[in-house]
Amino acid sequence: MARLIRTEKEVEGRYEEVWLVVEEDALEQWPDGPLKIVGRGAPRVDGLERARGEARYTADVRLPGMLHTAVLRSPHAHARVKRIDVSRALELPGVRAAIGPGDIEQLTGEPGYQGAAVAAVCADTLAQARTAVAAIDVEWEELEVVVDPDDAVRRGQVHDKRERSRGDYERGLAEADVVVEGTYRTQTVLHNSMETHQSVAAWEGDTLNVYISTQFIWGVREEIASELELPQDRVRVVCEYMGGGFGSKNDPGDYTFIAIELSKRTGRPVRCALTRREENMAAGNRNSTVQRLTVGAKSDGTLTALGGEFVNALGWSGWNASTEGPMQMLYACANVKTTTWGAKVNTPPMKAFRAPGFVEGTFGLECLMDELAAKLDLDPLELRRRNYASNDATDDRPFSSKNLMECYRRAEPHWARRDEVRARSTETVKRGVGMASQIWYGGGGPPSYAWTRVGSDGRVTVVTAMQDIGTGSRTAMAQIAAEELGVPLDWVTVSLGDSARGPYASISAGSSTIPSMGPAVRAAAADAKRQVVEIAAQRFDKETRTLDVKNGSVICSDGGKWPLEDVVGLLEDAQILGKGARGPNPTGMQVLTFGVQVAEVAVDVETGEIWVERVAAIHDVGRVINALGAESQVEGGIIQGIGHTLSEQRLVDPETGTILTRTLDAYRMPTIADAPEIVSELLDIPDAHLTNLGSKGLGEPPIVPVAAAIANAIRDATGADVRSLPISREEMLRALREARERERRGAPAAV
Amino acid sequence: MPELRVNGGAYEVDAPVGTSLAEALREELGLTGTKIACNEGHCGACTVLVDGLPKLSCITLVHQLDGAEVTTIEALRDHPMVASFVRADALQCGFCTPGQIVSAVALVESSPEPTSEEIRHRMAGNICRCGAYPKIEEAIRTWRD
Repeated sequence: MARLIRTEKEVEGRYEEVWLVVEEDALEQWPDGPLKIVGRGAPRVDGLERARGEARYTADVRLPGMLHTAVLRSPHAHARVKRIDVSRALELPGVRAAIGPGDIEQLTGEPGYQGAAVAAVCADTLAQARTAVAAIDVEWEELEVVVDPDDAVRRGQVHDKRERSRGDYERGLAEADVVVEGTYRTQTVLHNSMETHQSVAAWEGDTLNVYISTQFIWGVREEIASELELPQDRVRVVCEYMGGGFGSKNDPGDYTFIAIELSKRTGRPVRCALTRREENMAAGNRNSTVQRLTVGAKSDGTLTALGGEFVNALGWSGWNASTEGPMQMLYACANVKTTTWGAKVNTPPMKAFRAPGFVEGTFGLECLMDELAAKLDLDPLELRRRNYASNDATDDRPFSSKNLMECYRRAEPHWARRDEVRARSTETVKRGVGMASQIWYGGGGPPSYAWTRVGSDGRVTVVTAMQDIGTGSRTAMAQIAAEELGVPLDWVTVSLGDSARGPYASISAGSSTIPSMGPAVRAAAADAKRQVVEIAAQRFDKETRTLDVKNGSVICSDGGKWPLEDVVGLLEDAQILGKGARGPNPTGMQVLTFGVQVAEVAVDVETGEIWVERVAAIHDVGRVINALGAESQVEGGIIQGIGHTLSEQRLVDPETGTILTRTLDAYRMPTIADAPEIVSELLDIPDAHLTNLGSKGLGEPPIVPVAAAIANAIRDATGADVRSLPISREEMLRALREARERERRGAPAAV
Repeated sequence: MPELRVNGGAYEVDAPVGTSLAEALREELGLTGTKIACNEGHCGACTVLVDGLPKLSCITLVHQLDGAEVTTIEALRDHPMVASFVRADALQCGFCTPGQIVSAVALVESSPEPTSEEIRHRMAGNICRCGAYPKIEEAIRTWRD
């Protein structure tokens, strides 16, 4: 019988209560450790089509009669459209329609950031659409621009202010033997997925088809249906292959609504794709932060107080991500007080970017901890162990699982390389080692569903309307189904990416795809297997408890063995259909991911150049599904983190709000030449309380500690405190000068 | 109308002056394996071979090719480099991958056993935002396995 419960759901650290129908016969978890297929390395099941250029991304969708769109985006960071005239644009060759402020909500007559969509034109070719957009006549009235987040807070120009405290912070500070303070700054960084944000909209009768590069097929469907007041089933959302999102593609975006409206007006399919330059302005970002942090501790390292004033520069809109999260959650400390401002400034809106808030907050907190360790003359790793949180530090809830101490233990051999690494320093190139801890969510949650279909040839198709954003979800789901059903991996096909073709599936954000979808797929496979076993029992006159499916055959404990295709083949054209749903997360428990990274750097103290030479990453994300794909996630997260730490920065003119970095030569992302040696180690200990899999997500954890580990290694190498990202050569040289000054004045350097 | 020689065939393409090779391949010939990610020569996703040498097709004009032979990922589908990329898991979202593979094929044509340093130098023009670089290096080192 269906049982209705109320349960908690978390995405990116934001919680809500949801109703959920759960199945009574939940599956037991598999035994620990690598199984036959799950836990082993498997190359991507869709690797060949992606590598050969055969995979059809949204960028490759070509529908007959399709028109192309160009968008007029505000050249000003804050302005009012006094007059707009699209008539000249409409007269140009190939132009089919034009829309402006007021036609749809996503086109504004009062843009609050440079790049806000104001008007749009569609034409037979993209070149014609661009020419037409340039011919739109606009008269602007420029308005006052506020870019500095501290200035915005002083003016009371804020989206949100969040205060959190426990214990008595002031008393905690008074009890401290040592107090360390520091101001840390992180910059605005851009997702810059290789496939830009884009959609193709096409009406078919009263059904709207939307092809979109998205991380959340069902969220897009719901938002479009609600905005257009359509029944949800009249909106079909398709995303078969996706060229990266990193958090920026969770919603439909202005481009989708522009394409829909132009398609409605012209009766033709319409594509609206951001150019790379638009992508660098209007596609979301990791907001910059200012973090004024204080830590108090006893001389043995026991934390007595943690305090932080955080300012998130959200832009014109956005949500106030939990930059204080690591300070609140990572360590056992009785007295913690934080204030987090979400400043409203005239820059493009933030969007979630791979562990939003925690990447920034971990940089501040974990650098502060190292500065404290230096002051106390304590080993940084030991300091972290002494303040280990055995239960949730904020509300004392037990963790569903936490193996951070084991991560620390496994980090020891990497940490022990310190002397040897430092000894390889020269007169001008200094080397050092630093570490940082990782805490983040990643437990996933319900609802999520999957179906399995076993054909009379014994081959299996998993059907669910999830998306694979490039993380290898198709492969992981195929592994789970193959393991449960007892068939070889290449017998399983995963059909995903289309809301008309399968049941509701989770967002691919918040490291939730595997923990949300995996249990549903396993349940669906188990349902099909149960039916196979029941059919075999009746056909061969056996008891079901004596039967199992292994290696593509039904086997009996008495030695009987029948190939699956023979058993299912009895049914000729009939198919076996299984269904599965994701159960709830454990009640009263906190589900989090943990880890530690140890970075080795070299710093040229004459030029300020920094090389990250080696990163060891040890993470605890529960059961590992695909050992090879998981390693790729760890490497990718670390490399993206290196860009965040050393080179990437979206620059804005402080007076006008004009975006200065709009191209990929100006916005500097890591290349292959920047990739360090990476040693990745996943504990692979299933979370005994979490679902039928015990798996958590891995998309985000690897990027979380990167910046702090590198900054701490730089301090170890040079004695310089780098507190501002990116650590450009200029910033490095500034920090080195500051350290020399300090030494000259007689104060000992931090090392 | 310019003639375009692509993957062993010859095509008349109806392309106005100023049309990029990438656009002609994708829009006129339907060869969408060549991806456009920046469209201004900064990322390498659109890399094709022109007379055997890697070129950025988004900043190469159709009218400048002058009879040169263009090779795209579609002609390299069975190249061992493709299998090597899949085996090594040298791709995540895969959007940059055709361009990576074309550059890698050009590299091993001129240097069949490239050193790590050579790989990191010659592949630095192909950006992978997912950060598959360690595995890309491995795929190129082991392409003949």
